[in-house]
Amino acid sequence: MIEEPFASGNSIIHRIDPRFRVAAAILYSFTVALCYQFQPLIVALAVALLSVIFSGVGLKTVFKRLIVVNGFILLFWIVLPLTYKGKILYSLGPVDIYLAGIVFAAKITLKSNAILLILISLIATMTFATLGHTLSRFKMPDKLVFLLMITYRYIFVIAQEYQKIIRSIKIRGFKPKTTLHTYKTFAYVVGMLLIKASERADRVYNAMRCRGFTGKYNSLSDFQINIQSFIFILIMTGFTIGIILLEIQYHG
Amino acid sequence: MHISEGILSGPVLFSGAALAAAGTAAGLKQLDYDRIAQTGILSAAFFVASLIHVPLGPTSVHLILNGVVGLLLGWGAFPAILVALLLQALFFQFGGLTTLGVNTVVMALPAVICYYLFSPFINKNQTIAIISAYACGFFCVFLSALLVGAALMFTEKNFFEISTMVVAAHLPVMIIEGFITMFCILFLKKVKPSMIVH
Repeated sequence: MIEEPFASGNSIIHRIDPRFRVAAAILYSFTVALCYQFQPLIVALAVALLSVIFSGVGLKTVFKRLIVVNGFILLFWIVLPLTYKGKILYSLGPVDIYLAGIVFAAKITLKSNAILLILISLIATMTFATLGHTLSRFKMPDKLVFLLMITYRYIFVIAQEYQKIIRSIKIRGFKPKTTLHTYKTFAYVVGMLLIKASERADRVYNAMRCRGFTGKYNSLSDFQINIQSFIFILIMTGFTIGIILLEIQYHG
Repeated sequence: MHISEGILSGPVLFSGAALAAAGTAAGLKQLDYDRIAQTGILSAAFFVASLIHVPLGPTSVHLILNGVVGLLLGWGAFPAILVALLLQALFFQFGGLTTLGVNTVVMALPAVICYYLFSPFINKNQTIAIISAYACGFFCVFLSALLVGAALMFTEKNFFEISTMVVAAHLPVMIIEGFITMFCILFLKKVKPSMIVH
């Protein structure tokens, strides 16, 4: 039920130092999030698409993810043209359709997809463990990195526990319906899952102490800066600055 | 509950990130090393539990459970939810980097508020415990929906209708979360009372 479909691969992007990828993705995403003109947003989406192609991830999976996220955006397409006060584009009887609403919805769509594609191509192409190591190199608090790692480590274990519980309630003939009984059953499933997690945590912590855990999470992975990483960060910085300049040029 | 990328304005994104950082710092400070394994694995359990879809008439809704997170982790809710959201961003691309701060506040702040409001009553007699556990689940989702609405409103005045819709659409979720939180907390109280912080 939980997968990292983009994490493995051997594309140009996968070979770039994760620290450079995280830095570029953060810089790029925030820049795009703060743009409001069509020209920079279209460029931003094009760059993001290019980045996805270079990362060699399965386009079918990417497409599926895009559909889910654009489902949320659809709400804006339905509501904003009717409520975003401004110039009236068209009057359908008592209903006014506002041009500004359509424009805003279109901008949100461009922005959202551009940021999402950068996330997929630059960050989702590393495993969560690598992201944790990267964050620790960025001097994030040790405790937070440790929390990240331990959560990631046990998500798959807990998911198996969950499937075990679900299997056993199915064997007993449980069928989910909109009833209080269903909600009670799911609440007990959650409760049992939490108890199992908590008791496992005690055992894990004791085992860690037996092995001399001192509170420091040591990462043995070694990041290698190669020439591609430098070229990559140069190109991404170039695009980011280009988008900022476009935004300034077409502003107002 | 998520706000997608590309919707919120700069000031909202940055104040969300600042609040989330402050909350996470407070949460981490209270978390000593012998509690981290507990918090991490519970956070994993909440992540898995949030994938559960419960039926609601012809559709289904997924569990949020931030009320339970608050009662079990207190201030630890901030780092736990931050980690869970980061995992969701990486695994499913729900939410992402720029909205991470806002979304953390949307989920974790109500958890901490509900922890202060309701946890003193959970260990009282059965009737009070039932009512406060239900209220905890209900209000936590209600406050989260309000925060989503506020984030949208601060971005753009014209988002008023969409904000009201968000809050209204979560009403059935609040009712269900109330029941789930109530049954879940009563279950924990019976089976492993030490898990609920007081």
